[in-house]
Amino acid sequence: MLIRVDPTSAEPLFEQVVFAVKTAVARGQAQAGDKLPSVRELARDLGINPNTVVRAYEALERDGVIVRRQGAGCFLTGGGSELASAERRRQLQALLRKAATEAFHLGFTAADVEKALRQCLEQIDFGGGKESPS
Amino acid sequence: MNDPVVAFTGVQRWFRSRVVLRGLDLRIEPGQVYALLGRNGSGKSTALRILLGFLRPHAGQARVFGVDSNRLGPAERARIGYVGEEHRLYATMTVGGAVAFERDTRPGFRSDFVDHALQRTGLRKGQPIVRLSRGQRATLCLILAVASRPELLVCDDPALGLDVVMRREFLDALIDLLADTGCTVLFSSHFLADVERIADHVGFLHDGALVVDAPLDQLKQRVLRTTWAPRAGAAVPSGPHVLRTRQRLGGHELLLLDAPDALLAQLRATGELAPPLAPSLEELFAGLLGPEESGLLTMPFDSLRAAPAAGGL
Repeated sequence: MLIRVDPTSAEPLFEQVVFAVKTAVARGQAQAGDKLPSVRELARDLGINPNTVVRAYEALERDGVIVRRQGAGCFLTGGGSELASAERRRQLQALLRKAATEAFHLGFTAADVEKALRQCLEQIDFGGGKESPS
Repeated sequence: MNDPVVAFTGVQRWFRSRVVLRGLDLRIEPGQVYALLGRNGSGKSTALRILLGFLRPHAGQARVFGVDSNRLGPAERARIGYVGEEHRLYATMTVGGAVAFERDTRPGFRSDFVDHALQRTGLRKGQPIVRLSRGQRATLCLILAVASRPELLVCDDPALGLDVVMRREFLDALIDLLADTGCTVLFSSHFLADVERIADHVGFLHDGALVVDAPLDQLKQRVLRTTWAPRAGAAVPSGPHVLRTRQRLGGHELLLLDAPDALLAQLRATGELAPPLAPSLEELFAGLLGPEESGLLTMPFDSLRAAPAAGGL
Protein backbone atom coordinates (compact mmCIF):
# COMPACT_ATOMS: atom_id res chain seq x y z
CA MET A 1 0.00 0.00 0.00
CA LEU A 2 1.51 3.27 -1.12
CA ILE A 3 0.62 6.27 1.05
CA ARG A 4 1.60 9.69 -0.25
CA VAL A 5 0.71 13.17 0.98
CA ASP A 6 1.20 16.73 -0.22
CA PRO A 7 2.10 18.99 2.72
CA THR A 8 1.47 22.14 0.67
CA SER A 9 -2.13 21.16 -0.06
CA ALA A 10 -4.94 22.85 1.85
CA GLU A 11 -6.40 19.50 2.79
CA PRO A 12 -5.32 18.65 6.35
CA LEU A 13 -2.49 16.13 6.37
CA PHE A 14 -4.36 13.66 8.57
CA GLU A 15 -7.27 13.64 6.12
CA GLN A 16 -4.85 13.01 3.28
CA VAL A 17 -3.50 9.95 5.11
CA VAL A 18 -7.05 8.72 5.81
CA PHE A 19 -8.00 9.16 2.17
CA ALA A 20 -4.84 7.45 0.90
CA VAL A 21 -5.59 4.35 3.00
CA LYS A 22 -9.25 4.31 1.96
CA THR A 23 -8.22 4.70 -1.68
CA ALA A 24 -5.79 1.79 -1.47
CA VAL A 25 -8.55 -0.42 -0.06
CA ALA A 26 -11.15 0.76 -2.60
CA ARG A 27 -8.81 0.10 -5.52
CA GLY A 28 -7.91 -3.36 -4.26
CA GLN A 29 -4.26 -2.41 -3.62
CA ALA A 30 -4.62 -3.58 -0.02
CA GLN A 31 -6.66 -6.39 1.50
CA ALA A 32 -8.28 -7.34 4.78
CA GLY A 33 -5.68 -8.39 7.31
CA ASP A 34 -2.90 -6.28 5.79
CA LYS A 35 -0.84 -4.56 8.45
CA LEU A 36 -0.43 -0.81 8.33
CA PRO A 37 3.00 0.73 8.96
CA SER A 38 3.62 1.76 12.55
CA VAL A 39 3.05 5.41 13.44
CA ARG A 40 6.78 6.05 13.54
CA GLU A 41 7.47 4.25 10.26
CA LEU A 42 4.80 6.18 8.39
CA ALA A 43 5.70 9.52 10.02
CA ARG A 44 9.31 9.06 8.98
CA ASP A 45 8.44 7.82 5.53
CA LEU A 46 6.21 10.82 4.85
CA GLY A 47 8.35 13.24 6.87
CA ILE A 48 5.39 14.42 8.93
CA ASN A 49 4.46 14.82 12.58
CA PRO A 50 3.70 11.45 14.25
CA ASN A 51 0.69 13.08 15.95
CA THR A 52 -0.81 13.55 12.49
CA VAL A 53 -0.49 9.83 11.77
CA VAL A 54 -2.03 9.00 15.15
CA ARG A 55 -4.98 11.24 14.31
CA ALA A 56 -5.39 9.57 10.91
CA TYR A 57 -5.30 6.07 12.40
CA GLU A 58 -7.85 7.07 15.03
CA ALA A 59 -10.18 8.35 12.32
CA LEU A 60 -9.71 5.15 10.29
CA GLU A 61 -10.47 3.07 13.37
CA ARG A 62 -13.61 5.11 14.05
CA ASP A 63 -14.73 4.53 10.46
CA GLY A 64 -14.18 0.79 10.84
CA VAL A 65 -11.48 0.67 8.15
CA ILE A 66 -8.79 -0.59 10.52
CA VAL A 67 -8.61 -2.34 13.86
CA ARG A 68 -5.93 -1.81 16.45
CA ARG A 69 -4.58 -4.94 18.11
CA GLN A 70 -2.74 -4.18 21.32
CA GLY A 71 0.99 -4.51 20.80
CA ALA A 72 0.63 -5.88 17.28
CA GLY A 73 -0.32 -2.76 15.34
CA CYS A 74 -3.13 -1.71 13.03
CA PHE A 75 -4.75 -3.99 10.46
CA LEU A 76 -7.21 -3.45 7.64
CA THR A 77 -10.62 -4.91 8.38
CA GLY A 78 -11.51 -5.12 4.69
CA GLY A 79 -15.04 -4.16 5.62
CA GLY A 80 -16.38 -0.75 4.85
CA SER A 81 -18.03 1.54 7.27
CA GLU A 82 -19.88 0.09 10.25
CA LEU A 83 -22.18 3.06 10.43
CA ALA A 84 -25.92 2.57 10.31
CA SER A 85 -27.30 2.39 6.81
CA ALA A 86 -29.31 5.61 7.10
CA GLU A 87 -26.20 7.51 8.14
CA ARG A 88 -24.16 5.91 5.38
CA ARG A 89 -26.78 6.87 2.83
CA ARG A 90 -26.81 10.43 4.16
CA GLN A 91 -23.02 10.65 3.81
CA LEU A 92 -23.18 9.29 0.25
CA GLN A 93 -25.79 11.91 -0.66
CA ALA A 94 -23.65 14.68 0.82
CA LEU A 95 -20.56 13.54 -1.10
CA LEU A 96 -22.41 13.37 -4.42
CA ARG A 97 -24.17 16.68 -3.85
CA LYS A 98 -20.83 18.34 -3.22
CA ALA A 99 -19.30 16.82 -6.35
CA ALA A 100 -22.34 17.79 -8.44
CA THR A 101 -22.27 21.37 -7.13
CA GLU A 102 -18.57 21.82 -7.82
CA ALA A 103 -18.99 20.26 -11.29
CA PHE A 104 -21.77 22.74 -12.06
CA HIS A 105 -19.51 25.65 -11.14
CA LEU A 106 -16.76 24.22 -13.33
CA GLY A 107 -19.24 24.46 -16.19
CA PHE A 108 -20.07 20.77 -16.82
CA THR A 109 -23.40 19.33 -17.90
CA ALA A 110 -25.25 16.51 -16.14
CA ALA A 111 -24.19 14.16 -18.96
CA ASP A 112 -20.51 15.08 -18.43
CA VAL A 113 -20.82 14.35 -14.73
CA GLU A 114 -22.54 10.99 -15.28
CA LYS A 115 -19.82 9.93 -17.69
CA ALA A 116 -17.04 11.01 -15.30
CA LEU A 117 -18.72 9.22 -12.40
CA ARG A 118 -18.96 6.00 -14.41
CA GLN A 119 -15.23 6.24 -15.17
CA CYS A 120 -14.46 6.66 -11.47
CA LEU A 121 -16.65 3.71 -10.55
CA GLU A 122 -14.85 1.47 -13.04
CA GLN A 123 -11.57 2.05 -11.21
CA ILE A 124 -12.95 0.71 -7.95
CA ASP A 125 -13.66 -2.89 -7.04
CA PHE A 126 -16.92 -2.69 -5.14
CA GLY A 127 -17.40 -6.46 -4.76
CA GLY A 128 -20.77 -7.26 -3.21
CA GLY A 129 -21.11 -4.05 -1.25
CA LYS A 130 -23.24 -3.79 1.85
CA GLU A 131 -26.42 -2.70 0.16
CA SER A 132 -27.28 -0.71 -2.89
CA PRO A 133 -28.61 2.72 -2.06
CA SER A 134 -32.11 3.11 -3.38
CA MET B 1 -7.17 21.26 30.48
CA ASN B 2 -3.53 21.02 31.48
CA ASP B 3 -1.52 24.14 32.13
CA PRO B 4 0.21 25.47 29.05
CA VAL B 5 3.84 24.43 28.67
CA VAL B 6 4.72 27.88 27.37
CA ALA B 7 2.90 31.14 28.11
CA PHE B 8 3.86 34.65 27.05
CA THR B 9 1.70 37.36 28.56
CA GLY B 10 2.09 40.93 27.30
CA VAL B 11 5.84 40.52 26.81
CA GLN B 12 7.63 43.70 25.74
CA ARG B 13 11.27 44.21 25.03
CA TRP B 14 13.27 46.91 23.36
CA PHE B 15 16.92 47.43 22.56
CA ARG B 16 17.86 51.08 23.06
CA SER B 17 15.08 52.96 21.31
CA ARG B 18 14.07 50.06 19.05
CA VAL B 19 10.99 48.10 20.11
CA VAL B 20 11.44 44.41 19.29
CA LEU B 21 8.46 42.92 21.11
CA ARG B 22 5.49 45.19 21.69
CA GLY B 23 3.22 42.87 23.66
CA LEU B 24 3.57 39.19 22.84
CA ASP B 25 0.75 36.88 23.97
CA LEU B 26 1.14 33.20 23.19
CA ARG B 27 0.19 29.88 24.79
CA ILE B 28 1.47 26.47 23.82
CA GLU B 29 -0.34 23.40 25.15
CA PRO B 30 1.34 20.06 25.95
CA GLY B 31 2.17 18.02 22.85
CA GLN B 32 1.80 20.91 20.42
CA VAL B 33 4.40 21.50 17.74
CA TYR B 34 4.40 25.26 17.34
CA ALA B 35 6.23 27.08 14.56
CA LEU B 36 7.03 30.72 15.21
CA LEU B 37 7.43 32.46 11.87
CA GLY B 38 8.39 35.96 10.92
CA ARG B 39 10.68 37.97 8.72
CA ASN B 40 14.23 38.72 9.82
CA GLY B 41 14.21 41.09 12.78
CA SER B 42 10.60 40.33 13.68
CA GLY B 43 11.56 39.35 17.23
CA LYS B 44 11.57 35.54 17.04
CA SER B 45 14.99 35.04 18.61
CA THR B 46 14.29 37.67 21.25
CA ALA B 47 11.08 35.88 22.23
CA LEU B 48 12.85 32.53 22.52
CA ARG B 49 15.71 34.03 24.52
CA ILE B 50 13.25 35.62 26.93
CA LEU B 51 11.42 32.33 27.27
CA LEU B 52 14.61 30.54 28.29
CA GLY B 53 15.58 33.25 30.74
CA PHE B 54 18.60 34.45 28.74
CA LEU B 55 17.04 37.90 28.44
CA ARG B 56 14.65 39.83 30.69
CA PRO B 57 11.42 41.27 29.35
CA HIS B 58 10.86 44.98 30.01
CA ALA B 59 7.18 44.32 30.65
CA GLY B 60 4.98 41.26 30.85
CA GLN B 61 6.00 37.74 31.69
CA ALA B 62 7.06 34.50 30.05
CA ARG B 63 6.45 31.19 31.83
CA VAL B 64 7.67 27.67 31.17
CA PHE B 65 5.89 24.80 32.97
CA GLY B 66 4.16 27.55 34.96
CA VAL B 67 7.46 28.99 36.23
CA ASP B 68 8.58 32.54 35.50
CA SER B 69 11.39 32.40 32.92
CA ASN B 70 13.55 34.61 35.12
CA ARG B 71 13.37 32.00 37.88
CA LEU B 72 14.01 28.78 35.99
CA GLY B 73 16.00 26.45 38.19
CA PRO B 74 17.96 23.29 37.40
CA ALA B 75 14.82 21.17 37.83
CA GLU B 76 12.95 23.05 35.08
CA ARG B 77 16.02 23.42 32.87
CA ALA B 78 16.50 19.66 32.93
CA ARG B 79 13.07 19.34 31.28
CA ILE B 80 13.98 21.74 28.43
CA GLY B 81 16.08 20.98 25.37
CA TYR B 82 17.46 23.92 23.43
CA VAL B 83 19.04 24.19 20.02
CA GLY B 84 20.31 27.70 19.37
CA GLU B 85 20.69 29.39 16.03
CA GLU B 86 24.46 29.49 16.39
CA HIS B 87 24.75 25.79 17.28
CA ARG B 88 27.12 26.64 20.10
CA LEU B 89 29.53 23.92 21.18
CA TYR B 90 32.87 24.14 22.97
CA ALA B 91 35.45 24.57 20.25
CA THR B 92 38.21 22.79 22.15
CA MET B 93 36.21 19.57 22.55
CA THR B 94 35.78 16.56 20.35
CA VAL B 95 32.35 15.12 19.54
CA GLY B 96 32.91 12.52 22.27
CA GLY B 97 33.94 15.24 24.71
CA ALA B 98 30.77 17.20 24.04
CA VAL B 99 28.70 14.05 24.57
CA ALA B 100 30.49 13.28 27.87
CA PHE B 101 30.02 16.88 29.01
CA GLU B 102 26.26 16.72 28.42
CA ARG B 103 25.99 13.23 29.93
CA ASP B 104 27.58 14.43 33.15
CA THR B 105 25.43 17.54 33.43
CA ARG B 106 22.02 16.19 32.41
CA PRO B 107 19.92 13.72 34.35
CA GLY B 108 18.28 10.98 32.28
CA PHE B 109 20.85 11.29 29.51
CA ARG B 110 20.49 8.32 27.11
CA SER B 111 24.00 7.32 26.05
CA ASP B 112 22.72 4.43 23.92
CA PHE B 113 20.43 6.79 22.02
CA VAL B 114 23.33 9.15 21.36
CA ASP B 115 25.66 6.37 20.19
CA HIS B 116 23.00 5.13 17.81
CA ALA B 117 22.20 8.64 16.55
CA LEU B 118 25.88 9.48 16.00
CA GLN B 119 26.32 6.30 14.02
CA ARG B 120 23.26 6.95 11.91
CA THR B 121 24.34 10.50 11.08
CA GLY B 122 27.95 9.59 10.41
CA LEU B 123 29.49 11.55 13.28
CA ARG B 124 32.50 10.02 15.05
CA LYS B 125 33.42 10.65 18.66
CA GLY B 126 37.04 11.43 17.79
CA GLN B 127 36.15 14.34 15.47
CA PRO B 128 37.19 17.76 16.80
CA ILE B 129 34.26 20.19 17.04
CA VAL B 130 36.18 22.83 15.05
CA ARG B 131 36.34 20.50 12.06
CA LEU B 132 32.59 19.87 11.90
CA SER B 133 30.52 21.41 9.13
CA ARG B 134 27.64 23.67 10.06
CA GLY B 135 25.17 20.89 9.35
CA GLN B 136 27.11 18.43 11.50
CA ARG B 137 27.17 20.92 14.36
CA ALA B 138 23.40 21.41 14.06
CA THR B 139 22.79 17.68 14.03
CA LEU B 140 25.03 17.15 17.07
CA CYS B 141 23.26 19.95 18.93
CA LEU B 142 19.88 18.38 18.25
CA ILE B 143 21.07 14.92 19.28
CA LEU B 144 22.40 16.34 22.55
CA ALA B 145 19.28 18.43 23.13
CA VAL B 146 16.92 15.47 22.78
CA ALA B 147 19.18 12.89 24.47
CA SER B 148 17.58 13.43 27.86
CA ARG B 149 14.01 13.29 26.49
CA PRO B 150 13.06 16.91 27.16
CA GLU B 151 9.40 17.70 27.73
CA LEU B 152 9.90 20.95 25.84
CA LEU B 153 12.23 21.37 22.90
CA VAL B 154 13.01 24.94 21.81
CA CYS B 155 14.84 25.42 18.51
CA ASP B 156 15.86 28.81 17.14
CA ASP B 157 15.93 28.45 13.37
CA PRO B 158 17.56 25.03 13.60
CA ALA B 159 17.70 24.50 9.86
CA LEU B 160 19.57 27.71 9.07
CA GLY B 161 22.66 26.91 7.03
CA LEU B 162 21.76 23.26 6.56
CA ASP B 163 21.57 21.71 3.12
CA VAL B 164 18.51 19.79 1.97
CA VAL B 165 19.81 16.39 3.11
CA MET B 166 20.86 17.71 6.51
CA ARG B 167 17.47 19.36 6.95
CA ARG B 168 15.76 16.07 6.20
CA GLU B 169 17.97 14.33 8.77
CA PHE B 170 17.15 16.99 11.30
CA LEU B 171 13.45 16.51 10.56
CA ASP B 172 13.83 12.74 10.99
CA ALA B 173 15.48 13.24 14.38
CA LEU B 174 12.61 15.51 15.40
CA ILE B 175 10.01 13.00 14.18
CA ASP B 176 11.71 10.26 16.21
CA LEU B 177 11.65 12.45 19.30
CA LEU B 178 7.97 13.19 18.85
CA ALA B 179 7.17 9.52 18.29
CA ASP B 180 9.16 8.56 21.40
CA THR B 181 8.00 11.14 23.85
CA GLY B 182 5.14 13.30 22.59
CA CYS B 183 7.28 16.23 23.59
CA THR B 184 6.14 19.85 23.10
CA VAL B 185 8.12 21.74 20.49
CA LEU B 186 8.54 25.45 19.87
CA PHE B 187 10.70 26.35 16.91
CA SER B 188 11.31 29.27 14.65
CA SER B 189 12.12 28.67 11.03
CA HIS B 190 12.44 30.15 7.58
CA PHE B 191 11.88 26.82 5.89
CA LEU B 192 8.15 26.83 5.44
CA ALA B 193 8.08 23.50 3.61
CA ASP B 194 9.49 21.85 6.75
CA VAL B 195 7.04 23.75 8.93
CA GLU B 196 4.13 22.44 6.86
CA ARG B 197 5.23 18.88 7.49
CA ILE B 198 5.78 19.03 11.19
CA ALA B 199 3.93 21.92 12.84
CA ASP B 200 0.36 21.69 14.04
CA HIS B 201 0.18 25.36 15.08
CA VAL B 202 1.79 28.40 13.49
CA GLY B 203 2.30 31.95 14.70
CA PHE B 204 3.30 34.86 12.48
CA LEU B 205 5.32 37.42 14.37
CA HIS B 206 5.26 40.82 12.73
CA ASP B 207 6.49 44.12 14.05
CA GLY B 208 6.83 42.76 17.59
CA ALA B 209 3.39 41.17 17.91
CA LEU B 210 1.68 37.97 16.85
CA VAL B 211 -0.60 38.71 13.91
CA VAL B 212 -1.57 35.10 13.23
CA ASP B 213 -1.87 32.36 15.84
CA ALA B 214 -3.84 29.36 14.62
CA PRO B 215 -3.85 25.64 13.96
CA LEU B 216 -2.19 25.12 10.56
CA ASP B 217 -5.07 23.01 9.19
CA GLN B 218 -7.56 25.68 10.12
CA LEU B 219 -5.46 28.48 8.67
CA LYS B 220 -5.16 26.73 5.32
CA GLN B 221 -8.84 25.97 5.14
CA ARG B 222 -10.04 29.43 6.07
CA VAL B 223 -7.83 31.46 3.76
CA LEU B 224 -8.28 31.51 -0.02
CA ARG B 225 -6.01 33.04 -2.60
CA THR B 226 -7.28 34.23 -5.94
CA THR B 227 -6.74 36.79 -8.66
CA TRP B 228 -9.42 39.14 -9.84
CA ALA B 229 -9.46 41.37 -12.91
CA PRO B 230 -12.11 44.00 -12.25
CA ARG B 231 -14.22 45.50 -14.97
CA ALA B 232 -13.92 49.27 -15.38
CA GLY B 233 -15.33 51.08 -12.38
CA ALA B 234 -15.49 48.07 -10.04
CA ALA B 235 -14.26 48.86 -6.54
CA VAL B 236 -11.51 46.79 -4.96
CA PRO B 237 -13.16 44.70 -2.22
CA SER B 238 -12.54 45.41 1.43
CA GLY B 239 -14.03 44.40 4.77
CA PRO B 240 -13.47 41.70 7.36
CA HIS B 241 -13.21 38.90 4.76
CA VAL B 242 -10.44 40.58 2.78
CA LEU B 243 -7.04 40.05 4.39
CA ARG B 244 -4.99 41.70 1.68
CA THR B 245 -5.23 42.99 -1.82
CA ARG B 246 -2.26 43.55 -4.04
CA GLN B 247 -2.07 45.19 -7.44
CA ARG B 248 -0.87 42.82 -10.14
CA LEU B 249 -0.52 43.19 -13.90
CA GLY B 250 -4.08 43.19 -15.20
CA GLY B 251 -5.75 42.72 -11.84
CA HIS B 252 -5.49 42.18 -8.13
CA GLU B 253 -4.26 39.32 -6.02
CA LEU B 254 -6.66 38.73 -3.14
CA LEU B 255 -6.27 36.86 0.13
CA LEU B 256 -9.70 36.14 1.57
CA LEU B 257 -10.63 34.90 5.02
CA ASP B 258 -13.75 32.72 5.49
CA ALA B 259 -14.94 34.09 2.15
CA PRO B 260 -18.76 33.96 2.01
CA ASP B 261 -20.42 32.87 -1.24
CA ALA B 262 -21.95 36.33 -1.55
CA LEU B 263 -18.51 37.94 -1.73
CA LEU B 264 -17.31 35.48 -4.38
CA ALA B 265 -20.52 36.04 -6.35
CA GLN B 266 -20.01 39.78 -6.14
CA LEU B 267 -16.43 39.46 -7.40
CA ARG B 268 -17.60 37.26 -10.29
CA ALA B 269 -20.27 39.80 -11.16
CA THR B 270 -17.85 42.74 -11.23
CA GLY B 271 -14.85 41.16 -12.88
CA GLU B 272 -12.99 38.05 -13.94
CA LEU B 273 -12.32 35.83 -10.90
CA ALA B 274 -9.82 32.98 -11.05
CA PRO B 275 -10.89 29.83 -9.15
CA PRO B 276 -9.97 30.53 -5.50
CA LEU B 277 -7.34 28.13 -4.17
CA ALA B 278 -6.02 27.41 -0.73
CA PRO B 279 -2.57 28.99 -0.39
CA SER B 280 0.52 27.07 0.62
CA LEU B 281 2.11 28.29 3.83
CA GLU B 282 4.73 30.12 1.78
CA GLU B 283 2.08 31.94 -0.26
CA LEU B 284 0.23 32.77 2.92
CA PHE B 285 3.36 34.10 4.58
CA ALA B 286 4.45 36.21 1.62
CA GLY B 287 0.88 37.37 1.06
CA LEU B 288 0.28 38.45 4.63
CA LEU B 289 3.70 39.81 5.54
CA GLY B 290 5.02 40.93 2.18
CA PRO B 291 5.44 44.62 1.38
CA GLU B 292 2.27 46.45 0.52
CA GLU B 293 1.80 50.13 -0.22
CA SER B 294 -1.48 50.26 1.67
CA GLY B 295 0.11 48.73 4.76
CA LEU B 296 -1.10 45.81 6.81
CA LEU B 297 -4.80 45.47 7.34
CA THR B 298 -4.56 44.66 10.98
CA MET B 299 -8.24 44.35 11.76
CA PRO B 300 -9.13 41.04 10.10
CA PHE B 301 -6.08 39.35 11.56
CA ASP B 302 -7.67 39.33 14.97
CA SER B 303 -9.99 36.57 13.86
CA LEU B 304 -6.99 34.47 12.86
CA ARG B 305 -5.72 34.65 16.40
CA ALA B 306 -8.82 33.19 17.95
CA ALA B 307 -7.40 29.80 18.82
CA PRO B 308 -10.31 27.58 19.90
CA ALA B 309 -10.72 27.39 23.64
CA ALA B 310 -10.59 23.60 23.56
CA GLY B 311 -6.98 23.88 22.40
CA GLY B 312 -7.33 22.37 18.97
CA LEU B 313 -9.31 21.99 15.85
